[in-house]
Amino acid sequence: MFGKLTLDAIPYHEPIIVITLAVVGLVGLFVAASVTKMGKWGYLWREWLTSVDHKRLGIMYIILALVMLIRGFADAVMMRTQLAVATGGSEGYLPPEHYDQIFTAHGVIMIIFMAMPMMIGLMNIVLPLQIGARDVAFPFLNNLSFWLAVGGAVLINISLGVGEFAKTGWVAYPPLSGLSYSPGVGVDYYIWALQISGLGTLLTGVNFLVTVFKMRAPGMKLMDMPIFTWTCTWANILIVASFPILTAVLGMLTLDRYLDFHFFTNEGGGNAMMYINLFWAWGHPEVYILILPAFGIFSEVISTFTGKRLFGYKSMVWASGAISILGFIVWLHHFFTMGSSANVNAFFGVATMIISIPTGVKLFNWLFTIYRGRLRFAVPVLWTLGFMVTFTIGGMTGVLLAVPGADFVLHNSLFLIAHFHNTIIGGAVFGYLAGIAFWFPKATGFHMNERLGKAAFWFWQIGFYVAFMPLYVLGFMGMTRRLNHTDNPLWEPWLYLAAFGAGLILIGVVCQLVQLFVSIRDREQNKAEGDPWNGHTLEWSTTSPPPFYNFASTPIVEGIDAYTTAKEKGYAGWRPEKFAPIHMPRNTSAGILMAGFLTVMGFALIWHIWWLAGASFVATIVTLLVRAYDDDVDYYVQPDEIERIEGSAAGAKVAEQV
Amino acid sequence: MTTQVTYPANAYPVPEEEHHDPGENTLFGFWLYLMTDCLLFASVFATWGVLYFATDGGPGPKELFELDYVAIETAALLVSSITYGFAMISAHAGRKGGALFWLAVTFVCGLVFIGMEINEFHHLIAEGAGPQRSAFLTAFFSLVGMHGLHVTAGLLWMIVMMIEVSKRGLGGKTLTRLGCLSMFWHFLDVVWICVFTTVYLMGAL
Repeated sequence: MFGKLTLDAIPYHEPIIVITLAVVGLVGLFVAASVTKMGKWGYLWREWLTSVDHKRLGIMYIILALVMLIRGFADAVMMRTQLAVATGGSEGYLPPEHYDQIFTAHGVIMIIFMAMPMMIGLMNIVLPLQIGARDVAFPFLNNLSFWLAVGGAVLINISLGVGEFAKTGWVAYPPLSGLSYSPGVGVDYYIWALQISGLGTLLTGVNFLVTVFKMRAPGMKLMDMPIFTWTCTWANILIVASFPILTAVLGMLTLDRYLDFHFFTNEGGGNAMMYINLFWAWGHPEVYILILPAFGIFSEVISTFTGKRLFGYKSMVWASGAISILGFIVWLHHFFTMGSSANVNAFFGVATMIISIPTGVKLFNWLFTIYRGRLRFAVPVLWTLGFMVTFTIGGMTGVLLAVPGADFVLHNSLFLIAHFHNTIIGGAVFGYLAGIAFWFPKATGFHMNERLGKAAFWFWQIGFYVAFMPLYVLGFMGMTRRLNHTDNPLWEPWLYLAAFGAGLILIGVVCQLVQLFVSIRDREQNKAEGDPWNGHTLEWSTTSPPPFYNFASTPIVEGIDAYTTAKEKGYAGWRPEKFAPIHMPRNTSAGILMAGFLTVMGFALIWHIWWLAGASFVATIVTLLVRAYDDDVDYYVQPDEIERIEGSAAGAKVAEQV
Repeated sequence: MTTQVTYPANAYPVPEEEHHDPGENTLFGFWLYLMTDCLLFASVFATWGVLYFATDGGPGPKELFELDYVAIETAALLVSSITYGFAMISAHAGRKGGALFWLAVTFVCGLVFIGMEINEFHHLIAEGAGPQRSAFLTAFFSLVGMHGLHVTAGLLWMIVMMIEVSKRGLGGKTLTRLGCLSMFWHFLDVVWICVFTTVYLMGAL
């Protein structure tokens, strides 16, 4: 009846897990109780959970990302403290089988459930506004994509309390992840969490590509698009071109585990290296999917806060394109040690180094934009400057690792760990945090607290160096990744220092949470205008927060930086004498239902509850058909309604939004 | 933002409220999805190429594949692509009966293809050459089976579309959906040509 699922699957005997579950349960109860007390369940369901509005979906993506950031960061703090105590004969407080799950969960959560939702959230909020569209091409799919991401996140969190998570590292290499060496449900949780959220990401990629190519405001040519839209477009091309490979490779691993196939097994002629090749054929483009939108954010921030137009717009677009294409032909640098010939390694090494050229072009473009500008040191700018220094260091250690000879020494050492945290935190995460600080007033209608934002930046920035520079040193001293305890006295001081750095970042994260709380509390005093930063692009031409239809009338676009042009020519804020009716999609519960059924299906497959898996799959298809034959999916907003909304002062709906 | 600026007449291009054709977006989006599906197949093709010689002492392609049988199977699928084309011609001309007839013919051809494939699989497994036998057979069953699953999904979709056409006629939305299924069906044909070439023809050499 319940497959492999029994009551033994709940880890009562692990105090750390039980306490965590208790805290999560209490927080959940508190949230549910508050919503009930305020009588907001209906509002929440109608206006948010079933919403097809890209701005609301974007905000929900970012909430998901922040929650998962806390989870993934808690894992990081546990690892650093474990390694700081587990030296010189001590075993520490995390036994290996638990520790292995933590480092796997940390990687999966930070990449798939923190960075991706934060990136896609910002893209959702900003991209349609930047191209002057009313919504994305397929609003219902957008809602479905979000709930699929949530479904994956739910599965990975269920694994904490029911069963176990993978003990394989976030890459889940076979044969370790095969049935012989991982007979438990951990790898199955990994597979289905990634498959379900990956499907959502793929749909997002398709959705936003159609949006960008078909829904731009009239007059906006491709080379007039704001740079953030461009970098997101490259990222979406990468999503569409790389996520199918992940789907395929996880599908093959599934067949190995469920039906005893021999893709990657030691027996039957399977080839484990094929998994590793395919995994990184997705995995390397994936890091550019994360970083390219961040590059776009830095470009927007720098050009806005210097009060200048971006230097080298066209070279920026093509540099992003070059990075996207090169990102597809470097995957082998993740395993130079595989034993391919020297020529193959040389090709991938050189291809990897070439990526530093378009990246360098970008860096110089930012510097030249600042040159002779008047840089205002707002929070987004601090993150950007921090990025420019930190990411450059990460890029240089990357070029170092691209030398196959050096890689043979440093492969899987803490030097590698330091390198990719250097680029992902110092590049992608700093970018998203800059983006949140930059577009927060646009999305909500009020500003974030500046002082706490600056404090958060400095703790993050300094904490980053204290936490990760020691890992470069430890890598050179021979310490490899994924160690549970160590006994080398020379490593100890560096491990203590790294743990201290993690503590500094923790203070930064706390500052951000307090900042969020204080900003929402003081929202009435910190109202934002439609254009609080003197921006260049169309998202600043509407109110903060924008009305659900984004623009009361289709924006006028003349060349790059359409809003700056409008301000220069004096027609910013123009409105027609009479509004035309606006065509809008209706909210729908089909997305949350379908994703819910698919999540149940994933859970059922993990525990081999076949009847439930079949039933929930059928339920998904039935929901899809019901949705497909529902003709009442859109409506028109009438001119008097638009007049009424436009008449009210900008930002008047702030309280209602929060 | 609250200040209103009078718009100087004829000075700037006043944009029209856009009238996008949602059908065109859907077709483009579906085509993009097909390209992702193409990469899905490409990954499995690459794996097939890598595992091709890994027969683990078991039977290889020469002992297993019967070209004559697969040629008939292939013909059924190729003909179904043509008949789907006739269905689309009828649909665009607004001939409901013709569209339904050709969809039904396409469906039967697809069913013949799938039936023959299942029969082949059954035959191989009965001979002891199932996907668990070797990495080579794992790759074979996965590649051909994945195509077969796609065709099956296409057949189910075709049933839904035949019901839709008979109940709702050939409205804009229905035509768009028929267009999506058309692309899907032709795409599967193209993939099958690659399967036929790299799996069966090269295997029989």
